[in-house]
Amino acid sequence: MNTLLVLAGIGVFGLFSEIFRFKKALLPVVFLGLAAALVTTVCDWNTNVSYFNNMMKVDNFSLAFSAVMICITMLWFIISPGFFTDETSKSDHFTLILFALTGGVLMSSFNNMVMLFLGIEILSISMYILAGSNKKSLASNEAAFKYFLMGSFATGFLLFGIALIYGATGSFDIDVIATRLSEGNLNSSVMLFAGILLTMIAMAFKVSAAPFHFWAPDVYQGAPTVITAFMSTVVKTAAVAAFFRLFIHTFTSMTEVWHTALMIISAATILVGNITAVYQTNVKRMLAYSSIAHAGYMLMAIVSMNSAAPSALLFYVIAYSVSSIASFTILLMVSNSTGNDSIESFYGLGKKNPFLAIMTLISMLSLAGIPPTAGFFAKYYIFIAAMENHMMPLVLIAVLGSLIGVYYYFRVIIAMFRDGNEKEIDFSGRYKLVMIIAGILALALGVAPGIVTGLL
Amino acid sequence: MGSIFQTIPLNNYVILSTLLFCIGVLGVLFRRNAIIIFMCVELMLNAVNLLLVAFSTYFGDAAGQVFVFFIMAVAAAEVAVGLAILTMIFRNTGSVDINFLNKLKH
Repeated sequence: MNTLLVLAGIGVFGLFSEIFRFKKALLPVVFLGLAAALVTTVCDWNTNVSYFNNMMKVDNFSLAFSAVMICITMLWFIISPGFFTDETSKSDHFTLILFALTGGVLMSSFNNMVMLFLGIEILSISMYILAGSNKKSLASNEAAFKYFLMGSFATGFLLFGIALIYGATGSFDIDVIATRLSEGNLNSSVMLFAGILLTMIAMAFKVSAAPFHFWAPDVYQGAPTVITAFMSTVVKTAAVAAFFRLFIHTFTSMTEVWHTALMIISAATILVGNITAVYQTNVKRMLAYSSIAHAGYMLMAIVSMNSAAPSALLFYVIAYSVSSIASFTILLMVSNSTGNDSIESFYGLGKKNPFLAIMTLISMLSLAGIPPTAGFFAKYYIFIAAMENHMMPLVLIAVLGSLIGVYYYFRVIIAMFRDGNEKEIDFSGRYKLVMIIAGILALALGVAPGIVTGLL
Repeated sequence: MGSIFQTIPLNNYVILSTLLFCIGVLGVLFRRNAIIIFMCVELMLNAVNLLLVAFSTYFGDAAGQVFVFFIMAVAAAEVAVGLAILTMIFRNTGSVDINFLNKLKH
């Protein structure tokens, strides 16, 4: 709860810094604020309190996901200043990121459909603006428009689903809904089924799961690379946390309605994401498809529905976010110096910049799920959780998807060791810091996964 | 509170708002003018509002009507952002036809 207040508070501070001209102090204050938010998150651990007439419930699940989002946002703030060189709009962008983070925290701790809706919208509306923050670029405009259109379309589905569930159960509170569902005390089961399926479609849109993923590659490619890094880490974490909370806490007694459908969505997402990524020559677009595929693995945790699922999902989200932010940092540096995002711009990287090449190697191995990196144990725990629920076909499809994934992640690694492209990479300390932190985390979690798995 | 539902049963409200919602969905899928697409999204949201108000009256529970206020406020913010994005596109391309938006690789 205090986390939410601190984050919204520094967001408002960011808005004022534009008026009162203390923009120089903005970045340090944002870091202090994020650190304070992290401290309040850690202090609330194991308290399990609900606020505002049970509208919000801060339990360990929500605290863990909030902490992950705050940490990734801190890493993001280290790489971002080089991007927004236009001083007039810098504080606006920072403020929007902070509000998006506030929405993300709300999405991981909601206990009422109203809060779910508000969290999703606070996050999404900020992201629509940020996706279009490169105003002169037509690609950025197109990304913002597509994101806006698909986002508000999905919101429409979500709201219609919520309204139908309200009609069937008479409440927005997810505890009350869960009780009425398990008692079978319903006004209309048809409305309930339609409502659950519509909310599932809307959440699948938000996590970019197939067949509702078609907006994601365009938006990820068109948006400025820094914003894409934020979208594929923090926004995805928030959406997956909300999806998990909604379906596991609320609709557990109605598994016959959604379980098979979600399993098919998960399998389709893994296959579509990995297979389409193979055909991409643009690394940014390839990472977009890879993030779609990773959404599929995260959905596997929701379908497993057992006690191992929350910690498996948390581990996966951390491993994915860390390696994803590292790979976007690398992409940012490479594309800053070569001017494009294509795979050719990685040629010769191994020879002229070994440090960068090693970091690329670690993050790509982690995304592919190869030991000794975090990605391996992330997939391992997810598969174990799924096997406990006897879902062998899904696990086989997921393993097949990972094998396809190895191919395109290794293409980047192989490209680094080819000749060509002698241009020097602009290599500032900020990027180095983020890559070292992310690299150490990816290796540490791969060597000692027990740090995280005991938490939930 | 139940009196209105004796003349017009609850099912009629559900059917009406489902129809409105479907019209909105079809509009988003098939229209090519961005402004009309926005209007169709609004139609979807307003179908939801109608449904919520009908349920709220039926249950005699104010929560549904409060939710409608939240939806209205958020929809206003959303459209403000959407129209700003559209203005930005119009400045760069001189059109609001979404067929112009195909610069990103498919």
